[in-house]
Amino acid sequence: MNLAVQPALTLLPAPFAAWFSARGWQPRPHQLQLVEHAARGESVLLVAPTGGGKTLAGFLPSLIELASVPKRARAQRLHTLYISPLKALAVDVARNLEIPVSEMELPVRIETRTGDTSPSKRLRQRHAPPDILLTTPEQLSLLLSSPFAPRMFAGLRAVVLDELHALANSKRGDLLALGLSRLQALAPGHRRIGLSATVADPAHLQRYLVPQPQEGEAMARLVKAIGGATPEIAISASQEYVPWAGHLARHAMGDVMNAIRASKTALVFVNTRSQAERTFQELWRINEDRLAIALHHGSLAPEQRRKVEAAMARGALRAVVCTSTLDLGIDWGAVDRVICLGAPKGAARLVQRIGRANHRLDEPSRALLVPANRFEVLECEAARDAVLAGELDGDEPKRGGLDVLAQHVLCVACAAPFDADALFAEIRSAAPYRHLAREDFDRVVDFVATGGYALRRYDRYARLRKTPEGLWRIAHPRVAQQYRLNAGVIIEDPMLDVRLQAKGRPVGAGGRVLGRMEEYFLEGLSPGDTFVFSGEVLRFEGIREDAAYVTRTHDPEAQIPSYQGGKFPLSTFLARRVREMLADPAQWAILPDPVGEWLRVQKYVSLVPKPDQLLVETFPRGSKEYLVCYPFEGRLAHQTLGMLLTRRLERLRLRPLGFVANEYALAIWGLRDMGAADMDRLFDEDMLGDDLEAWLAESALYKRTFRNCAIIAGLIERRHLSGEKTGRQVTFSSDLIYDVLREHEPDHILLRATYEDAATGLLDIGRLTGMLKRIKGRIVVKRLERVSPLAVPALLEISKEMVAGEARDDLLRENEDALVREAMRLG
Amino acid sequence: MDETGIAVNGETLVLTPAGAAWWPAQRTLVLADIHFEKGSAYARGRQFLPPYDTRSALKRIRTLMAHHAPARVIALGDSFHDPYGPSRLDDFEKDCLAEMGRQAEWIWIKGNHDPAPPSWLSGRAASEISIGALTFRHEPSSASARGEIAGHLHPCATITRRGHSIRRRCFVTDGRRLVLPAFGAYAGGLDVREAAIRSLFGERVRAYLLGARRVYAAAA
Repeated sequence: MNLAVQPALTLLPAPFAAWFSARGWQPRPHQLQLVEHAARGESVLLVAPTGGGKTLAGFLPSLIELASVPKRARAQRLHTLYISPLKALAVDVARNLEIPVSEMELPVRIETRTGDTSPSKRLRQRHAPPDILLTTPEQLSLLLSSPFAPRMFAGLRAVVLDELHALANSKRGDLLALGLSRLQALAPGHRRIGLSATVADPAHLQRYLVPQPQEGEAMARLVKAIGGATPEIAISASQEYVPWAGHLARHAMGDVMNAIRASKTALVFVNTRSQAERTFQELWRINEDRLAIALHHGSLAPEQRRKVEAAMARGALRAVVCTSTLDLGIDWGAVDRVICLGAPKGAARLVQRIGRANHRLDEPSRALLVPANRFEVLECEAARDAVLAGELDGDEPKRGGLDVLAQHVLCVACAAPFDADALFAEIRSAAPYRHLAREDFDRVVDFVATGGYALRRYDRYARLRKTPEGLWRIAHPRVAQQYRLNAGVIIEDPMLDVRLQAKGRPVGAGGRVLGRMEEYFLEGLSPGDTFVFSGEVLRFEGIREDAAYVTRTHDPEAQIPSYQGGKFPLSTFLARRVREMLADPAQWAILPDPVGEWLRVQKYVSLVPKPDQLLVETFPRGSKEYLVCYPFEGRLAHQTLGMLLTRRLERLRLRPLGFVANEYALAIWGLRDMGAADMDRLFDEDMLGDDLEAWLAESALYKRTFRNCAIIAGLIERRHLSGEKTGRQVTFSSDLIYDVLREHEPDHILLRATYEDAATGLLDIGRLTGMLKRIKGRIVVKRLERVSPLAVPALLEISKEMVAGEARDDLLRENEDALVREAMRLG
Repeated sequence: MDETGIAVNGETLVLTPAGAAWWPAQRTLVLADIHFEKGSAYARGRQFLPPYDTRSALKRIRTLMAHHAPARVIALGDSFHDPYGPSRLDDFEKDCLAEMGRQAEWIWIKGNHDPAPPSWLSGRAASEISIGALTFRHEPSSASARGEIAGHLHPCATITRRGHSIRRRCFVTDGRRLVLPAFGAYAGGLDVREAAIRSLFGERVRAYLLGARRVYAAAA
């Protein structure tokens, strides 16, 4: 019998059908499909837009199963485990789930477990687990490291993974995948439900959800909810003026204010925290009606963020200026418009953000995109087209990190001695690790045991030892304690407290904490510099120990924090669409006049490249020679490219002096005309060999990647059994460790982990490789007499030039020269 | 290699980018806070830093000795990270130290981490030593600044230039006393602005930051 053709309500047990009817609701088709799949014990991925009753769909099968057996007939065992990327979301979902449970009077106990759960409650949960437990990936790892884990999870029937799209392709996703592989061993019969926003490639998540066989691949079933109403996306664009460069969209603040005025509650999304600060300032400058506009980003003190969230929940705010911190999370019913300042960087991100407005499926979400410069106009148009056409960008599924694997191996050992062969097979069943080589696994185990160094100096201090039966066990109970203190894969940049002190007091004399900011930004400030933080203009006074001290100032023209938090590169997919739009003059008609004219002049004086071409322009300007190219691969990939090209140009004796990269282009300048260079050779893929190696050794970003890997893998401990090591100490020593390790054991497993991480992460080497392949034989060179229109945005950013590795000594010399000049000045 | 000479209590010392001071008049090389076997000290607490820090330091010392051919080497204390450090050296590293002991006279100033260097080490141990106008000790004293050459504090300085900040180990001096940077591969640092360092010096204090090929002066 085909269940799907039955009238909806008859599929549900009587109390559930009655509950839906009493509320005047009709179960959604996808909710019923999930019930069906679950009844057959199948794992499913549910792809649904926000507002689709997704969470209830995930729990409905569990509630039905639990309701079908009287509480007394059940052993006290955990039935359903729910994992959310956010602690707050887990708590919110638990609260919402209580409503149907109490209204139907179901005999179901629901609890959460987060970092805030009291020790007594944790203990009770271990011995007498609830029916449904809601938690995070990190807490799951901690539970699995306990010797009680086999008993706690033995009766597990279902796992629900919320916001899976946001977790899967990250280190937290790796950790979760490994946790799931462990659960599979402890409770082989359980089924899984993944809940995801619309994604380009659901197959990747379908594989992630289920254990992978040794050969071939397994996939969870896919259920797609019927899409909501088509969103209304407007693009703010002035016909008179569109800036050439910059990211602040200052010119459009009036439009933004009008959109806020016309909304009940608006979310104003920006891409970086510094943009959030500046936008907040700009809006209040013109907020004549004194509308309640608040600020929310990850650096603000937690109390302040909670205050904003609470005001939002009460409906007391008209707008919140926010970063990706509000991409996910609790639904706020009142939000009826989303305003995206700056380009969206990816179509999927745009869909996610638009979905934050209006949680009813049948009404369209309303969004306003506000491009901050000319290239961003193209990017916004391309993103809107993609969203309306239902096309999304997807990340390439990344391979599981070896650093996360090391942490998991220790986790498993803390629970019980393990057999290496069995654990290897178990880990390979996790999709991100299905290509893991045995040799790499063995090296990771060796790393966990004694550091994995060729010079076997630490065997006597081992963390793991082999038992006579050939099992790996922890050498001492303290190893488990140390693991629990340091577990987790979220590594923040080293941060300093920002403390507000009274004017005229000596620096370091105490003050209220306003929030936390990245150390590298604060260290770049000199006393007297002003910047915007926490919604006000502050004067930097100095750093003492673990805090930066600031005072209030009324300086209206603050130096803006340039910290990078929350910055995303332009997605490959969207980049392609922008290149296509650029190459097709027929599409220019929809662009605002200044942008259309900009492209027409470009076409006249130089050329507009076809989608698969790379345009390289060279021209003199002032006393310098320029080379500008337009790969559209995002700032990170362009910066790496810039480093590599300047090395090559130096070798060709073309004397490059510096370069600047933005999201779309790379500009290099020097003393000699670079137009005669053989561009095919210059841009050849072989630059990714030795030159890259040599540059990586010096790169601060690479060292930061190493630091994160070293912390996650357990080489550097963030916390010791006696008190915490501060971020400042950790960074400094991780650079030293990196230098020593690289010199003496360059093929160490942790350096491998760092390289793999950097290739997809901070440095985007993978992206660069793809680009160099794409443009091979398709480079078009234009030797011009003067700067082209397309080159202007890049040239305007030249003040933010990069400094290459070797040039760091030049800065020291410059500093010394300044000192000498000052000392030698007469009078 | 560019050499930067400074005067301390009338004596000329050359500050090297490797972090050692060279006293040509006495053919004496001075190093501070080598912290041999810091890596293995952490390994005892099951944190497995790469076990190459001792070799890295030895290699750099050997390069310095080959360049300057010193008659005397003074290690300003905390040469070993802990009192058991010497027992954790392997044969290669012990041979290396023995060979260096044959090339120059070594003076091991006692530090707070290594109050008593082992007897088998070539050279002699001392709490402090005075040669000519200079006095060598581990911890800077609060009183006698004149001619004092010390370590212990691991000074570091940060400069900011064109929006980039660079933090490096450094020498600190005001012409009366000199504090050396830590030589050890894993030694952390203390900012020269912190009171523990700043309070030791008078008005005319300078930091010399270690660069790739030379040291660079900066205000401290």
